[in-house]
Amino acid sequence: MRKANPVLRVIAIVAILAVFLAPFWILTTISFKPSTDTSSYWLFSSTPTMNNIKAAIEKAGIFGAIGRTAFITVCVVVLEVIVSAFAAYPLARRNTKFNKVVQAFILGIMMVPPLSILVSLYSIIVSIHGVNQYWAVILVLLTYQLPQGIFLYANFIRSIPVALDEAATIDGCGPGRTFFLVIMPQLKPVTATVAILSSVNCWNDFQFSRYILQTSRMNTVTLSISSFFSQTYIDLSTATACALIAILPVVICFLILQKYFIQGMIDSSVK
Amino acid sequence: MQSKNRTINLFYVPALVLFAFFVVYPFVKGIYLSMTNWNGYSRSFKIIGLANYKNLFADKNVRRAFVNTLIYGAGSTVIQNILGILLAVFLNQKFRGRGFVRTVIYLPVMIAPLIMGYIMYFFFNYSRGALNDILKILSLAPVDWLADGNRSVWILTLVNSLQFVGISMVIYLAGLQNIPGMYYEAAAIDGINSSQKFFCITLPLLMPAITSAVTLNLIGGLKLYDVIIALTGGGPGYDTNSLSTLIYRYYFGGERAGYASAIGLVMFVFIMIVSNIVVRGLQKRQVEL
Repeated sequence: MRKANPVLRVIAIVAILAVFLAPFWILTTISFKPSTDTSSYWLFSSTPTMNNIKAAIEKAGIFGAIGRTAFITVCVVVLEVIVSAFAAYPLARRNTKFNKVVQAFILGIMMVPPLSILVSLYSIIVSIHGVNQYWAVILVLLTYQLPQGIFLYANFIRSIPVALDEAATIDGCGPGRTFFLVIMPQLKPVTATVAILSSVNCWNDFQFSRYILQTSRMNTVTLSISSFFSQTYIDLSTATACALIAILPVVICFLILQKYFIQGMIDSSVK
Repeated sequence: MQSKNRTINLFYVPALVLFAFFVVYPFVKGIYLSMTNWNGYSRSFKIIGLANYKNLFADKNVRRAFVNTLIYGAGSTVIQNILGILLAVFLNQKFRGRGFVRTVIYLPVMIAPLIMGYIMYFFFNYSRGALNDILKILSLAPVDWLADGNRSVWILTLVNSLQFVGISMVIYLAGLQNIPGMYYEAAAIDGINSSQKFFCITLPLLMPAITSAVTLNLIGGLKLYDVIIALTGGGPGYDTNSLSTLIYRYYFGGERAGYASAIGLVMFVFIMIVSNIVVRGLQKRQVEL
């Protein structure tokens, strides 16, 4: 193997780090810059201030938005784990033609761009009085997260020996008890994957929340940040401080659970 | 036994009910609405047949959004895959700090694309933007990056690609680690050079990883929405709209629900066809290996 040039390598590393860390650096410098400080965004202010952070917490109520987003995320993830694990079991175990059709249908939904059916989906949500209701955004997010969950669970269940199910059946378990007593206890690792992937998606969602949650008192993280940036009088520093606070939980979770995030990504991509 | 077996199909009923109500029903209703002149809230509207479809093919905003959507999809796919493979090959070498570099590259994947778009505003802004500050240091004239629609489309493609290149990198790293070392050893005995090694061994054996990464990037790029809203809002004019943002704009901004519905259906069919052709094509290549 040819030895890579160490100098070139260092240059490459520095360039990569510069490009990928720059957004985070700029976000930080602006969040701590007083509004009177007109120095370059690249420079950390010589007179840093906490006012933007304070405004983000007190005026913009970013913690409230984080709380609402967390609530929606937890509801979606819990429901998704239950519904998709159940749905995956027959698809993994009963290879009838009909079930193959069902599975192809579910995989197809993964490709559907949700905005292509925006008009009718929104009109349906209006007709069931779902606008400005948490349950509506939870159900819609859940629906569009489900295919990935079902896919991951079905793949995982296929790797569990069928002999275990058969043994349970001989011992007199019905499909329900087989699922609860034999299959479920083994699903821990894949459940972590499903939960991690869909929490990121829910936490970062904008396209669904934007039209289902229209009142500002229900703003999620992305909604409150976007309302800040799109106001006519733009208080950019407060908006950036909101963004900084909002990404912290995700960044911290990622740094701690990195291994699971990346393994989950790989599991979900291999088709 | 048979009946017992069939009862387990009941397990997927809750999922199918949700799909029926929030995917299939809206889809069918969308077909119906696309043949009306509904404005989005009024109770009365007329069925106007295929007029919406006829109009949309003549609408230059739709044509523009259509081309943009293709650029967002194809451009992101090409950039993310080339860059993803390069980064993966680079970070598959053993050196100190490579774990840290991988983490940094993957970190933006966690951020909401909407927030990434707003952060990018501080880079591409004309008067105070971070990029123009660099140009100033190099004593070059500042550029109004987002004033030109054609350039903005590529800026958005690049922003989306760099934010999510970590996904491709991780997929390719996993792919590289699955290639048995003996292939390289055998090739080394045959005396091949490093570019032959890459194109004759590494790349063909990465085909499954390429299929996964291309599929993910393509679907992601064709659906591009959040980052456009944040960085350009579809502007200047209608120049950077994707089909997704255009539908939103026509529906909520223009009160043309029937028309937006028709665009949605064309988009749906278009994305299904493109993704299926690409995925099938790639899978065929895998079998041939």
